Amino acid sequence: MTTEIVIFTVLFLIVSGMGFVASRWRRPDDIASLHEWGLGGRNFGSWITWFLVGGDLYTAYTFVAVPALVFGAGATGFFAVPYTVIVYPLVMIVLIRLWSVSHVHGLVTPADFVRARFGSPTLALLVAVTGIVATMPYIALQLVGIEAVLKTMGVTGDLPLIIAFAILAAYTYQSGLRAPALIAFVKDILIYVVILVAVIYIPAQLGGWGSIFDAAQAKFDATPAPTDGVLLNANNQLQYVTLALGSALALFLYPHSVTGVLASKNRDVIKRNMSALPAYSVLLGLIALLGYMAIAAGVEPIGTDVNTVVPQLFDRMFPDWFAGVAFAAVGIGALVPAAIMSIAAANLFTRNIYREYIKRDATDAQEAAASKIASLVVKVGAVLFILLIDPQFSIDLQLIGGVIILQTLPSVALGLFTRWFHRAGLIAGWTAGMAAGMLMLYNIANPATNHAHFGSSAFALSKLGLDTKMTIYAGFLALAVNLIVALLGTLIARSAKLADGPDATRTDDYTADQGDPRVHDLEVTSST
Amino acid sequence: MTTPRTDRSPWNWLLLLPIAVPLIPALFNAVEPRLFGIPLFYWLQLAFVLLSVAVTLVVYHMTRRAR
Repeated sequence: MTTEIVIFTVLFLIVSGMGFVASRWRRPDDIASLHEWGLGGRNFGSWITWFLVGGDLYTAYTFVAVPALVFGAGATGFFAVPYTVIVYPLVMIVLIRLWSVSHVHGLVTPADFVRARFGSPTLALLVAVTGIVATMPYIALQLVGIEAVLKTMGVTGDLPLIIAFAILAAYTYQSGLRAPALIAFVKDILIYVVILVAVIYIPAQLGGWGSIFDAAQAKFDATPAPTDGVLLNANNQLQYVTLALGSALALFLYPHSVTGVLASKNRDVIKRNMSALPAYSVLLGLIALLGYMAIAAGVEPIGTDVNTVVPQLFDRMFPDWFAGVAFAAVGIGALVPAAIMSIAAANLFTRNIYREYIKRDATDAQEAAASKIASLVVKVGAVLFILLIDPQFSIDLQLIGGVIILQTLPSVALGLFTRWFHRAGLIAGWTAGMAAGMLMLYNIANPATNHAHFGSSAFALSKLGLDTKMTIYAGFLALAVNLIVALLGTLIARSAKLADGPDATRTDDYTADQGDPRVHDLEVTSST
Repeated sequence: MTTPRTDRSPWNWLLLLPIAVPLIPALFNAVEPRLFGIPLFYWLQLAFVLLSVAVTLVVYHMTRRAR
């Protein structure tokens, strides 16, 4: 046990140290501007983008939450694989247009885009607030990952978690996006090594894949729960599909994925990455199966915390020193995305709330300062999510974030293709979708801990009066409500002859690429 | 002055394939045939990753702009 803690601590400290050094890496003349701090100057090539985007998409969520769901519910947890398969083609179609229009108009956030496209500061504010709030549970999920590792190493109480986040907060504060981009290399190498060892070594110890799945089958056969099993059943197939699609749609609406994509050098870098990133999906699938390995190895979670099954599995199967390495991989794997997410949320605050509503004539240095403070506030918000919401599976923290962020899809993703929607309709749709989503989440209980509310993201269709046991991803239904209201609202606004907001973008802005005279490197700051 | 650029390319339709296929459980919701003891449900969905890689690579190369 001591060996584990020592190795974990040493690796963790080395990597945190790198974060501080990163502030000197590729150092610009002036880091005290938002573009430098928040987007790393926007000149990342393929490799860095790959690590950066991969780093924030595959997180502690991957290592801890997905296998925990597979451990507890079986096939449903594997939704993470189709989710990360369909997300890349989607990005190739959608986000690539955001890259172009952002580089023509000097936009840094999704809310910037909405403001330019629909000429509505109110809608932009809604998009910004949504992005900030939705990011908090996602960061919370990373905290849960670190927590699970610390629990397994026998560290209890809240103190270790507080220390870990203090380190994170300190180096993000210091280095901005440069810190996580550099650390992402180390993190990914660590994770690849641990996973390759885990998926070769552990099944061999457990008598092969066949017996692992047999053990899982036996476990699910023995439980009374109707929703678990090695395969999907008639009632959770819809949930599985909507969860995969909904999560994929949500993923690239998150401010942090947008940040990663915008930081690429040109459109080809993005496209190339979309074909290279699925390498992570294979890894994710193998990690998900760690949940079954834990079943076969007879691992029991600590208390009722299923998040501890993977760390427990490592602890049992690996020699102490390698378990320490694995724990460090999980811990750092939580740190990197948490940093990127909080920076992206902070950018949103500064660009779309601070500069729009609080201090219009803010200097670059003031903006960067406001961003740094906002990123701290977002991390505190994440801690509050953990304390206030306690879902059965921690992955639901991410899925709850998904329900929230999906409500910006009509304005951001559809807005990249069409300006047909009226700003009033979009605002009405957002309001209705958000209300519906919150209402559904509030009414989902968590039977494991006897909580009546915010227990998961699987909404039973029977609650709508339908005679079925089928469940559906709450975010998906909420988005449907949003779209319908936006559609009707637009028709009403048009017939009432309400004026459209001015559109600052032109059709060919959406296809501009590096080398185009209108495409700036976005060193242009306060002129936008 | 550059000629107006466009995203429209018939190759982009190919991207719908890796989006749609993983969303049809009827294709993979079965145990047999197993591969190395892994049920179809799991290995086939992992194989969809390769499908996605192949399609995105093809689209990337076919829609790449000449500089």
